[in-house]
Amino acid sequence: MSETTIEIAVRRYRPEVEVEPSWQSYEVPCRREWMVLDGLNWIKDRLDGTLSYRWACRMGVCGSCGMMVNGDPTLTCAAYLKDLLPGPVRVEPLRGFPVVRDLVVDISDFVAKLASVKPWIVRAIEKSPDDGEYLQTPEQLADYKQYSMCINCLLCYSACPIYALEPEFVGPAALALAQRYNLDSRDEGAAERMEILSQHEGIWSCTFVGECSVVCPKHVDPAGAIQRYKLDAAADWVRSVLLPWGKR
Amino acid sequence: MDSTTHDVLVLGAGGAGLRAAIALSEAAPQLDVAVVSKVYPMRSHTVAAEGGAAAVVQADDSFDAHAYDTISGGDWLCDQDAVELFVQEAPREMTLLEHWGCPWSRTPEGRVAVRPFGGMVRERTWYAADKTGFHLLHSLYQTALRHERLTWYDEWFVSRLLVADGRCQGAVAIELATGKVHALMARAVILATGGCGRVFAFTTNANIKTGDGMALAYRAGAALKDMEFMQYHPTGLPFTGILITEAARSEGGWLLNKDGYRYLQDYDLGKPEAKPVKRAMELGPRDRLSQAFVKEHEKGRTIATEHGHVVHLDIRHLGERTIDSKLPFVRELCRKYENLDPVREMIRVRPVVHYMMGGVATDLDGATELPGLFAAGEVACVSINGANRLGSNSLTELLVFGARAGAAAARWALAAAPPQPGVLTQAFAEERRIGDQLARAGGGERVATLRRELQEAMEAGAGIYRDELGLRRAAARVAELRERFGSARLDDASLTFNTELVAWLELDCLIDVAGAMIASALARRESRGAHQRSDFPARDDERFLAHSMARRGAGGEVEVALAPVTITRWLPGERVYGREKDS
Repeated sequence: MSETTIEIAVRRYRPEVEVEPSWQSYEVPCRREWMVLDGLNWIKDRLDGTLSYRWACRMGVCGSCGMMVNGDPTLTCAAYLKDLLPGPVRVEPLRGFPVVRDLVVDISDFVAKLASVKPWIVRAIEKSPDDGEYLQTPEQLADYKQYSMCINCLLCYSACPIYALEPEFVGPAALALAQRYNLDSRDEGAAERMEILSQHEGIWSCTFVGECSVVCPKHVDPAGAIQRYKLDAAADWVRSVLLPWGKR
Repeated sequence: MDSTTHDVLVLGAGGAGLRAAIALSEAAPQLDVAVVSKVYPMRSHTVAAEGGAAAVVQADDSFDAHAYDTISGGDWLCDQDAVELFVQEAPREMTLLEHWGCPWSRTPEGRVAVRPFGGMVRERTWYAADKTGFHLLHSLYQTALRHERLTWYDEWFVSRLLVADGRCQGAVAIELATGKVHALMARAVILATGGCGRVFAFTTNANIKTGDGMALAYRAGAALKDMEFMQYHPTGLPFTGILITEAARSEGGWLLNKDGYRYLQDYDLGKPEAKPVKRAMELGPRDRLSQAFVKEHEKGRTIATEHGHVVHLDIRHLGERTIDSKLPFVRELCRKYENLDPVREMIRVRPVVHYMMGGVATDLDGATELPGLFAAGEVACVSINGANRLGSNSLTELLVFGARAGAAAARWALAAAPPQPGVLTQAFAEERRIGDQLARAGGGERVATLRRELQEAMEAGAGIYRDELGLRRAAARVAELRERFGSARLDDASLTFNTELVAWLELDCLIDVAGAMIASALARRESRGAHQRSDFPARDDERFLAHSMARRGAGGEVEVALAPVTITRWLPGERVYGREKDS
């Protein structure tokens, strides 16, 4: 019995040899336990060593291998090839980012935005480690835990219609991570972050399309984080108008 | 070629590299520190660690108990001064991580919660559900972003160290996005590049774990210590090699053979109890559990599958609530990659290459034999892991020794002379080597073909049980692959993000590391911990209570010498699990 195969059509772009991206098709085995990434590795190792893409852990936690698969932002190490039969499977670089080469996109913009939201514990006075840990109950942990699960795979940026139009927009993952620290009982940096995020490109651009939460492979719900942020920001504004002299 | 000068380079941005970078930044803010990583920091393989990180916290626990567990777990090959320092500094480092936002799981009172782990007599494993490495890495990375003076070279591949006047003075790196080769000059370099599991085909390790730092140090003249000790984790998923955390057993999971029998009771690991017993049965050390699997297989009591023989890991009796709160990632991985729900079905598992106990030999401050070169984490061997690492010691090791290496490199850099321009000749030579390979057209074999053969050779000759004949065969195949590597071809001549060029450089490292592993395994004619010689089945303290030091000889061959083990307070004894010690 001959092995089932499937066609993978890859959107290629080699800046040194072509001006415009092009499509290239490969026939690969479609084995029961293979993911789209396994198909790409088959191409790379057996058919065409020039195909470029990123991958590392192959267990859905390093966040390297996000690509567009049949038009949807997808972690390719977690998408079965057999589910895409009969094919062809169209694989493209993650939408919304500049393409470096083939399936590799430039994510430096995200890294800068991540740093801009101060994704670390901010405290007026830091406790010495010799004085032990900060107490945090399981309930307090649960307040932010979901937002701490972001693997920075950037599927959410790719799905976000605002980021595509307004590249200045801080974007879903970075906002969720800002909220992750705001909601952490150990943190005192919410006001500092609010100052950064209540600017136009911060939270207000988001129109609650919610696509970011739909595509998130780790159920982080960035849309929920942004919504909560907006409510807090609006409440802050109301307080500042009503009680301009008082403690907010 | 561009040349840039920093004070200190940190190579690798996983747990050890990030912790070192933060330590450098805090110890000497005036130093110019750059972090160079072949992947974005959050992609580093620390991200995949699951179960937890060990540090004494309970009142009924002690540093001595943690030290004894570690030393007996390591079959007395650990350097005990390193272990003592490690267990003492562990709680402070773990608390620092807590202050930096790591979402550790908590007790109802809000204290950090701990769980038992294999080979440990008390609960001392801190955990963030079963994604501890992920949270540890992201907490460290995000905290490091606060240190604004750090320079980040993300997606730069280091292919050579610059060495002159007997000291390390920098590194050569390829900027992957452009293919440009850069000379990065520095007074000190810290290796934090992680392990080398990809020497084998079936491994939990990410594609990026190719022993780069080990090979760089080895080529620069530093010793690789105890490279024959490769840890097999007993519970990997059969096709993917994805790890199912030891926490599944510490929460109460059972290992069952094809008859549903808890077979570990047949291997001097204690009697089966309904509840987990520490240092017994499923909570025995990893080397003994993986070896028991092989014996069980030889008895015909494992289960044949299309991806090799397996046994069953059964966690159904823990119930959905415990599984979802303590082991959510186990459930997620089983559902995604095995199409089964561990709440209702047993998990098929088999031993899988997981962790290199050996590495670049260092002192307690991470200093290697080459002045100016430091190392910490899995790339290094200090050694706290000896012949077999205990689960949950490695994440803590990243922190304790990453911090120490960072602080020591800062002291060194403040006193050392600046790098000499003369080392640039080496950088030009490296640029030429890379350019020549890119220009080579036609003939030769694919990188992937050679890599596959290397992995097959290691699987065949250097697995859980080894012997002289098998190791010699593996050595011959590796030597032959070294020859063929010399005429390997690349399909890809591009300068832009050339991942085939990276794979070629990585294979170069894998071949060197494999050679050192095999030579060390041949030289150790005894069985100890993870190194089991079927032709020398007993431990031999008289001849081999010693570290293997593999160095590159003048002709490029591996030379293995022995070096003493540091014993402070625990004389070598029997490793006892699941029963009382014979007096």
